[in-house]
Amino acid sequence: MAVCISVIAKENYPLYIRSVPTQNELKFHYTVHTSLDVVEEKISAVGKSLGDQRELYLGLLYPTEDYKVYGYVTNSKVKFVIVVDSSNTSLRDNEIRSMFRKLHNSFTDVMCNPFHTPGDTIQSKAFDGIVSGMMVQAG
Amino acid sequence: MESLTLTDYEQKYYSDLFVYCDTDNTKKVASNGRVLDLFRAAQLPSEVVLQITELCGATRLGHFGRSQFYIALKLIAIAQSGLPLRVESLNSVKDLPLPRFVLGKNEAEARHAALYTDTDGLFPASAAAVMPRPPGWVIQNKKGPPASTSLPVHEVVQPLAPSIEPQPEPTSPVVSPHQSPPTSPQSWRKHKRQASGGNADRQPAVAPAGAVWTHFREAQAAGAVPAEGMWPSHSPPPPGQESWVSFTADTPPSSAIPGMHPSSAQESTTIRTVASGATANEMQRQTSGYDDPWKITDEQRQYYINQFKTIQPDLNGFIPGSSAKEFFTKSKLPILELSHIWELSDFDKDGALTLDEFCAAFHLVVARKNGYDLPEKLPESLMPKLIDLDDSAEVPDQAADVGYSGSPVEVTPNKSPSMPSLNQAWPEMNQNSEQWETFSERSSSSQTLTQFDSNIAPADPDTAIVHPVPIRMTPSKIHMQEMELKRTGSDHNHPTSPLLSQPPELSEEASLSTSMFVAANAVGDGYSSSDSYTSDQEPITRQRSLSGTSPETLKVVAPPPPPPRPHPSHSRSSSLDMNRTFATVTAAGQPPSLAITYPPAVPPRPLPTQSSAPHTGHRSEAEVVPGGPAALTASTSPQQIPQQPNFADFSQFQAFAATDQPSSLPEDDIHSEPGQVEKPSEGAGPLRTVKSDGQVDERVPATVSSAKCSGSGPLGPPPKPVRRRLKSEDELRPEDEAPGPQKSNVIAAVLATQPSIPRSVGKDKKSIQASIRRNKETNTVLARLNSELQQQLKDLLEERISLEVQLEQLRPFSHL
Repeated sequence: MAVCISVIAKENYPLYIRSVPTQNELKFHYTVHTSLDVVEEKISAVGKSLGDQRELYLGLLYPTEDYKVYGYVTNSKVKFVIVVDSSNTSLRDNEIRSMFRKLHNSFTDVMCNPFHTPGDTIQSKAFDGIVSGMMVQAG
Repeated sequence: MESLTLTDYEQKYYSDLFVYCDTDNTKKVASNGRVLDLFRAAQLPSEVVLQITELCGATRLGHFGRSQFYIALKLIAIAQSGLPLRVESLNSVKDLPLPRFVLGKNEAEARHAALYTDTDGLFPASAAAVMPRPPGWVIQNKKGPPASTSLPVHEVVQPLAPSIEPQPEPTSPVVSPHQSPPTSPQSWRKHKRQASGGNADRQPAVAPAGAVWTHFREAQAAGAVPAEGMWPSHSPPPPGQESWVSFTADTPPSSAIPGMHPSSAQESTTIRTVASGATANEMQRQTSGYDDPWKITDEQRQYYINQFKTIQPDLNGFIPGSSAKEFFTKSKLPILELSHIWELSDFDKDGALTLDEFCAAFHLVVARKNGYDLPEKLPESLMPKLIDLDDSAEVPDQAADVGYSGSPVEVTPNKSPSMPSLNQAWPEMNQNSEQWETFSERSSSSQTLTQFDSNIAPADPDTAIVHPVPIRMTPSKIHMQEMELKRTGSDHNHPTSPLLSQPPELSEEASLSTSMFVAANAVGDGYSSSDSYTSDQEPITRQRSLSGTSPETLKVVAPPPPPPRPHPSHSRSSSLDMNRTFATVTAAGQPPSLAITYPPAVPPRPLPTQSSAPHTGHRSEAEVVPGGPAALTASTSPQQIPQQPNFADFSQFQAFAATDQPSSLPEDDIHSEPGQVEKPSEGAGPLRTVKSDGQVDERVPATVSSAKCSGSGPLGPPPKPVRRRLKSEDELRPEDEAPGPQKSNVIAAVLATQPSIPRSVGKDKKSIQASIRRNKETNTVLARLNSELQQQLKDLLEERISLEVQLEQLRPFSHL
């Protein structure tokens, strides 16, 4: 359902970013970049109360007229950002959460690979497959 | 030492030959032995050979190093081409055909010849044939010549290109591509094994590979041969690695060619530090596996196990990822490929390799080094616990196909296969993953997350209520009773819209269904425990008879009584109820309307004292409505009068009604009225007070109805009296029955006050029945009240949710 899926490292540089190719990819890159501010804000807001139990799913970060941006942050401050087209039938929160869950799992698998050094761009085919699945769904 | 520019082909070929000659694996070839045979096979005059030997410097060194050997080979080629032997000609001659060696007597040679010629039809096969030559040798040495029957064909081993090379090779046509039919199938078979993709698989690869070769040939014609750069590195050959390196650097397509790189095979063996012929044999055998390149033979498996032991002595243990990384990094494969191999082989995704996983990974590494492309998904034969030597070849074919189609020139096979194949593979992979889901404790899989494909959007029960789910009522006796009550209640009250709307609302209360059910049970229990009635049937039947009076369009819904509700909502709902009730009252203006008005809130009325009075009153009313016997009411009401001082409302109504009834009670009612107007529960008080007046049944209903008919504020109470009346009946009833407080506070309060009510035990059965009936009606009314309350609660929740959503939406902007 997503038009753009990205994984941002702790230092806020992208580990992986992929968009539906038909669109202007740069636009999505920019969107993801700007959404990082919102993510930081949410992290800091919730963090003050309880660090460990902070909700991983951040929810809708940023709605625009064309699309919505959802965020998710792991405990290691790796962020996932999904951009969804607004024209799509409004995705339920469940579905977004499940997408993030899938992403997180796939990301964990990539991290488990001893040949992948954290901080590298993600080049795992499995991860690509998962992401494609999520984006292909969008059509 | 003269620098030698070798084309890729030459590089390979020479390397193979060198390996072939390097029987001692010392990277130095003695002057005798195979080298001489080889040179002799070049069909050159011995003096030429000597000259060559001298030229290349072997004479000086006393042996053939790699570089010398290469030079010698090139010189041989030159000589065979008829060109004068000159050192300068080494680099000047372009497009030199590879030296040809006639293999006659040697069986292995014949086989090689067969291979070569055989592969004429398949260019890449022939190219690969160059590679397998030493393998053939190895095989011959270790396994004995399977093709011992190979004919002593005098074949000129025509290396490569000529058949495809557009350039006219003077020596090319000599080789008859199809030599010994018997050998060809055999060699073909060997090829096949080595190729291990099957001929069919190789065919498609042939053309592209051939094109690649051609391309490379031309590239080498251009003279840019990276081998040159590699050449110096060959001089001090660390065990075979440089050749491996050069191969990988020079000829990516060669890697695509599914042939055995003998040097690589040896390479891998040396790397594996078990540089034994046995291992090389294993490698051979591995690729010479039948149609399944992914099968692991016993020897291979044993080898892998031994390797596993070097890292992890316990065969049932794990190899941690870091040590596995070190181990496989030694294979010199690109990290990306190693990463892919890891992804394929680590089935349970735990970052560690079990023995099976390790074997699979090792096998994949070896295969990759031998030129096979990595499959998109783990072949079945490599799956942990599925490794079986007799496994079918379908998966490897598929894998091989993928590899072949993707690959001729790719170094990173991982991404080349088109997405469709990936997508195809993934579901299977996921399915396989699902198989293995149970094997490991994945922290991330706590929610069965690997089964992604199947759980696209699982309904998360933890999320907020999105849609109200209609509850499915089980036809229990209690429910039927409830329904009957409702029907009867509707009879009494009235079939107005508010009432009718109630059951639908009730039906929609999914979240409260359980509580309601429980409450209904309680109520039912209460009813069932009613005094003279041991079975539920009687009340039900009675109610059914009662229900016959008014057609009920209510749905068959028996909403369980709701849990106690907060008062504020009650007030709100009560107001709604009141409005509705008023409307209905005005519309209908019937006595049944009395029963309709159920105040939403549960009244914590101070009713301990007023039990009796309301009882009679209520009972009387109830009896009046259903038309049952009302004898009791009159008798009981007086008793209850003094006990319920706060039934002002009722008395007020009675005052309105201008009947003689309220005479005794007005003051009491008035007292209680102010405090009770707001709370619907309080309304019970006035009701009770009304009842306590001890009026005749007719009076009470009359007053109530009349009171109801008058709109405005005073009308507020009228509904209450009705409810109170019903409740009083409940009060009467619960004397024997265990109070069922679950349903509502009203009932709870009513029931709580029961004990003090002097129940007229001695009443005749009729009165008891009537009271039961009334209680049931009260119950129905209360149930309806519950439903209304629940509906309002739902509305409130929805409002709240929408507000929260708005808040969330607005929140980001607040920070801007």
